[in-house]
Amino acid sequence: MSEVTVDIEAFRATFFEEADEHLVTFESGLLQLESTPNNGEVIGQIFRSAHSIKGASGTFGLNDVMTFTHALETVLDRLRSGELVYRADVATVLLASVDVLRALLEAARSGGAAPAEAVEVRLSLERLLSPAKPKDPPRRTMGVRFIPKPEFMSRGMDPLAILRDLGTLGDVLSREVDASHVPELRLLDPESCHLAFRVVVTTAATDEKIREVFEFVDDLCTYELREDTPEPAPRPTEAAQPEPETPDGRPAPLAPVAAPAAAPNAASTPHAPAATIRVATEKVDKLLDLVGEIVIAQAMIVEATRSESSDSAGRLNDALVAMDRHTRELQERVMSIRMVPIDSVFRRLPRMVRDVAESVGKKVKLVVEGETTEIDKSMVEQLADPLTHLVRNAVDHGLETAEERSKTGKPDEGTVFLRAFHQGGNVVIEVADDGRGLDTDAIRAKAERLGLIGPDAGLTDEQLHEFIFHAGFSTAAKVSDVSGRGVGMDVVKRNVEALNGSLSLTSERGRGANVRLRLPLTLAILDGLAVRVGSQTLVVPLLSVVEAFRPTQSQVREVVGACEVLDVRGRCIPIVRLHEIVGAFDAQRDPTRALVCIVEANGTHAALLVDDVLGQAQFVVKSLEANFRKVDAVMGATILGDGKVAMIVDVPALTRAASSSPVPVLTSAHTQARRPVVAQELQ
Amino acid sequence: MNPSATAAPTVLPGRGLYLSFSLAGDEYAVDILGVREIREICPITPLPQSPRHVRGVMNLRGAVVPVIDLRSALGLEETEYNKFTVIVVLSVHDRTIGFVVDGVSDVLSLDESAIERSLDLGARVDSSFVSGIGRTQERFVVLLDVERIVASDIPGGSIA
Repeated sequence: MSEVTVDIEAFRATFFEEADEHLVTFESGLLQLESTPNNGEVIGQIFRSAHSIKGASGTFGLNDVMTFTHALETVLDRLRSGELVYRADVATVLLASVDVLRALLEAARSGGAAPAEAVEVRLSLERLLSPAKPKDPPRRTMGVRFIPKPEFMSRGMDPLAILRDLGTLGDVLSREVDASHVPELRLLDPESCHLAFRVVVTTAATDEKIREVFEFVDDLCTYELREDTPEPAPRPTEAAQPEPETPDGRPAPLAPVAAPAAAPNAASTPHAPAATIRVATEKVDKLLDLVGEIVIAQAMIVEATRSESSDSAGRLNDALVAMDRHTRELQERVMSIRMVPIDSVFRRLPRMVRDVAESVGKKVKLVVEGETTEIDKSMVEQLADPLTHLVRNAVDHGLETAEERSKTGKPDEGTVFLRAFHQGGNVVIEVADDGRGLDTDAIRAKAERLGLIGPDAGLTDEQLHEFIFHAGFSTAAKVSDVSGRGVGMDVVKRNVEALNGSLSLTSERGRGANVRLRLPLTLAILDGLAVRVGSQTLVVPLLSVVEAFRPTQSQVREVVGACEVLDVRGRCIPIVRLHEIVGAFDAQRDPTRALVCIVEANGTHAALLVDDVLGQAQFVVKSLEANFRKVDAVMGATILGDGKVAMIVDVPALTRAASSSPVPVLTSAHTQARRPVVAQELQ
Repeated sequence: MNPSATAAPTVLPGRGLYLSFSLAGDEYAVDILGVREIREICPITPLPQSPRHVRGVMNLRGAVVPVIDLRSALGLEETEYNKFTVIVVLSVHDRTIGFVVDGVSDVLSLDESAIERSLDLGARVDSSFVSGIGRTQERFVVLLDVERIVASDIPGGSIA
């Protein structure tokens, strides 16, 4: 019989995609078992995931994957039947198997070499089985008669795969083919299957176990199991010899499984290929309908412009209104396709928390809320790093050890909260812990040492917290030892700002810390305010605009040796001369004859000097980096209605720059911190 | 990356096709394989905080493409743009970049033997941007190395 060679590549791609999903279910199931080890439903679920991978990998002839999943499945089967208890050592091996399986699949996908740990982990898996071995049902000889229905192959099934699976259950004594039903050649349909098989196998597997082989082809074949009379054949040696057992029946100590070594492997895979997106057919159908409407609207426009009747202007207007409505709807629908649940980032974290907690010897519970919150797919990938960092920080530095916790009357187990929710057109993600909080004294000492603040600077706790986002803070001597935080927080902040989002932190000494990320729903389209500076049009993201007005002479103040500031209801806001930044020499230079647009980012305000405010609209964000590079003070470009390119200003960068202009004592870091200083000088 | 460029006419081994253009009265050329299109001068939006030769960005059918003034980049005397001024759009390091030139002249087929690779150009042009001098029957053409010209402007564009 020849192998069916359909377009197997397409199925392969689907297989890998599904296998990834099964692995995710598998992994999260395992983590769930940590808290509820006897949850039969979860065990069943992870068993099915492993089984599906095994079944499909057999179909595709991925023997490495199949052999491994087979071992895995056997362990899971024990778990399911209650013969094996989900203990910490079992968990470690199973989690390591997830990594190995992921690596094996990746190797199969890319044609690379199988990971070195595979054998080791498989042995560990088999070792888990050994104590239960005595309980094994005795090996018996089973005759399996397997009669595929004629449509078996045309449904994409391979009878050989079933035979192979049967072979994995034990030792095959004989295989027979019954070809008596094959019709004459001229009547033979090559896609029909007219064969029947009989396999005799010596196996320890239960009937149920054998039936599982047929689980996926249940409706496509008939089969019979019959116990053959035991033959006095020499007892075949088992593939996995029982490992030496410890006297009390517990498994032998496990070989050290390379979980930390495999972890980076696991982290890198999601970035690899698979730039696909799954969309409900319904959504696509709606899009198609909408495109139909747009074609009609477009025809109406053409018709209205060509017709010479007196009402053509009115009809053109109607057609344009319809077109406008449809375009907007199309935009929304397409955006909704790009929206995916944030779960795809969150689900990577429980595993990381577990590994970090284990390595630093802390008890940690991760509470995840709002994982169904939807966010633009392109942001998901870019969120993974900052979130991983924040969660790891919370576990590593934020939470105390169990001893410290019990001293302060907290429960031994620390909690890290991960929440996501929508709030006013934004996605908010919070990473909170109930740990020790930020040590403001240590931060102050460090800031003084770095010369960021004077010895007597009167700063609030919030202002001190801001320092952990300061670049020098993280790279200099180990701050994490004293302050509890600060490793790479500036990088996290920058990552979040690159997503056009903002980040804030609240912390109470001894009670924990809460980092809040606020992100736009999408990066592709931005609500913006178009402003004119000289002959240039610039776009200011609407989210950051507070107000726009023409200042009076009394509001504008110059601070000697520092920047110009604007007094807005008692607050001093530095003036940013946009025309100097963008090189518009024809712009109005006198603030009292121009307008100021007050913007805010991360709690810092700046007054942008502009000639005119043109109005608000939605702008499609185009990257400058695609063809050029990152440009300071600009977060991207957009194309205006007249076809010209306009710059979108980078408000966080501008406010940062404005607050870092020369001011005595405080050099950078934070405007709020320096505002009192400026105010004193003004009086 | 660039199907339009690979569709260039087949060339005999040892011969290359070059697009020549004029700058301040002299003739320059670039390898035609990198040329994506030639278009007339269009509105250019200045980019803040950029070197003088980066004139800004233009809208190339929805893509935002940087525009570099070649006269300025090569240290030649700058002039106003006129109706003959064109933008040669090149593909450099997988990026699309527009170069302003005085006008395009010709497509040249140059034999490698007709290209002088060791150069002494004097002080007129920064010779690090020049990959060779091509000779045809009646004229000399300066072959430019665009990758070097933009090396300082785009990340990853530096040449090992």
